[in-house]
Amino acid sequence: MQAFTQLTGITAPLDRANVDTDMIIPKQFLKSIKRSGFGPNLFDELRYLDEGQPDQDSSQRPINPDFVLNLPRYKGAKILLARDNFGCGSSREHAPWALLDYGFSCVIAPSFADIFYNNCFKNGILPITLLNEQVDQLFIDSQAEEGFELTVDLEASVIRGSSAGEIAFSIDSFRRHCLLNGLDDIGLTLEQADNIKRYEQKRQQQAPWLFAK
Amino acid sequence: MASKTLYDKLWDSHLVKQQDDGSCLIYIDRHLLHEVTSPQAFEGLRIAGRKPWRIDTNLATPDHNVPTTADERSIGVDGIADPVSKIQVVTLGDNCAEFGITEFKMQDTRQGIVHVVGPEQGATLPGMTVVCGDSHTATHGAMGALAHGIGTSEVEHVLATQCLIQKKSQNMLVRVDGELGAGVTPKDVVLAIIGVIGTAGGTGYAIEFGGQVFESMSMEGRMTVCNMAIEAGARVGMVGVDQTTIDYVKGRPFSPKGESWDLAVAAWQDLHSDADAEFDHVVVLDGSAIAPQVTWGTSPEMVLPVFAHVPDPTKEKDDAKASGMTRALEYMGLEAGQAITDIQLDRVFIGSCTNSRIEDLRAAAAVVEGHQVAKTLKQALVVPGSGLVKAQAEAEGLHTIFTNAGLEWREPGCSMCLAMNADKLGSGEHCASTSNRNFEGRQGFGGRTHLVSPAMAAAAAIAGHFVDVRTFN
Repeated sequence: MQAFTQLTGITAPLDRANVDTDMIIPKQFLKSIKRSGFGPNLFDELRYLDEGQPDQDSSQRPINPDFVLNLPRYKGAKILLARDNFGCGSSREHAPWALLDYGFSCVIAPSFADIFYNNCFKNGILPITLLNEQVDQLFIDSQAEEGFELTVDLEASVIRGSSAGEIAFSIDSFRRHCLLNGLDDIGLTLEQADNIKRYEQKRQQQAPWLFAK
Repeated sequence: MASKTLYDKLWDSHLVKQQDDGSCLIYIDRHLLHEVTSPQAFEGLRIAGRKPWRIDTNLATPDHNVPTTADERSIGVDGIADPVSKIQVVTLGDNCAEFGITEFKMQDTRQGIVHVVGPEQGATLPGMTVVCGDSHTATHGAMGALAHGIGTSEVEHVLATQCLIQKKSQNMLVRVDGELGAGVTPKDVVLAIIGVIGTAGGTGYAIEFGGQVFESMSMEGRMTVCNMAIEAGARVGMVGVDQTTIDYVKGRPFSPKGESWDLAVAAWQDLHSDADAEFDHVVVLDGSAIAPQVTWGTSPEMVLPVFAHVPDPTKEKDDAKASGMTRALEYMGLEAGQAITDIQLDRVFIGSCTNSRIEDLRAAAAVVEGHQVAKTLKQALVVPGSGLVKAQAEAEGLHTIFTNAGLEWREPGCSMCLAMNADKLGSGEHCASTSNRNFEGRQGFGGRTHLVSPAMAAAAAIAGHFVDVRTFN
């Protein structure tokens, strides 16, 4: 996994609450057996005017000129600003894969759905939860100034560039550590193999029916 | 000893190790797999040269992509017309064969929607931790298990380590007191709950459903309710173990037998919240006040009783909510103030991991028996949750009731719930659906989903629009 330390980039405001993972990446694109290539279909139904199909050349499709990511000023955005309950619904990890493939490695919102939030960390995406007022301010900033950029510094756990000054954010220390170092969870857990085996032995005595072949 | 909630007990009994930073390693007893969220996980194992930690805990079945017409199904995977869907189903088979994982393939009568198959086989048991790369895994919480959906990286993590790195959620109790009225079903109960707590109300919580309504509810009904916990934002939904649970589990293929059974039943007696257990949040509903529910918008919290009218965004004080409502009405093609019963339907879908079990099919069949589907409808589909549900329904003659009434009787799978196969809505079409999500485009590009119970969907199929099933004939 790619380490996340510091990120500076254009910030695109998606002003809509309860953005679900079906909206982030519609089902017809979940048929891939790979982790990459989902970027052109990120927010497919909002971004294009027609119904997208897998394996289609999306550069030839009619785009929705009103959708925020289609506005020239947000081209190349790396940070996505969102509203409450971002990523609700299906557990599909294709949602963070699509965000990452498009170029987003940070999402800032007042709240996230649990499974999506968790999936982000497994893919080197930093989801930042801020207060509503702080998110409102960033929406104003990103809409006021063309080319508005934020810098997200995970080491210092602050966001710089807002007209409101530095914004501190908090993040679970284990997740922060893994992101900063690009650590593979599985490798870390396997270091606990003895503990897992010990648990299994104890559990097998208490609940042998769970270990019947 | 301090009193504990059911969630506390399940958590504590699966805690392998708590790290200094508070993150916990939790042991997983049952891992369910399907074709959509597993291929990248198996690929990850291969690339890293890892093997599954404990093969016998895994059980797989293809469900999301499988076709549901008998013609397509009769020739196996070659009947999957969409080549991309076919690759996923074939890949699941290849991966299960390579790693030695038990799979119920498409032509196996035990195949079906993974959340129908698990309990039906006794593969998900009280006291287990159950995970699957699918957000509706909370379904299995009905067994008194700790069950939740995971992403693909976590599917790989469970395969490789039998564990997940987790942080404990808070405890929420949703208590529904009293008794449900006639014609009011578990689906109406869970939709009413989501209407009260909202689509993010359960975020960060594990929800336990309790109270008289759940005590007298069948296991299948409890599964319907737990299934939709995620629609209230909670990854975990569960019901404590009682005699209903134990009677349901007994004698299923994967259930313990003989001496093991007696040991298990003795251990399961403790799988309920202690009487004085404390919850971080408690929500109480009056079951007798719940009416049949219909969603009118594009989020499950946009739900009303069938006799209500579509709400008016200009009367909503919260600006963010009002703009969400306006957008939803526009997408749904509805007018504020319109009676829910005036919504004309194009299709009806009875199925999904929420409502495709035998009790759901019986309830729908009882409504349509002796009637004909409205001529204005393009299609009414009944898709059983598994091959065994289908066989049971056919043994009871339900399929004949459906087909005589003009509904289509299909092969098991996820089908039109998420429209990954050929079963989908056309743009602008309204559907009365027994599934779990009414998101934009969920059942097809531009499709308009209204979530209802099987009985309500069946009555709507006959009338061509929503009707209150309590007064329907």
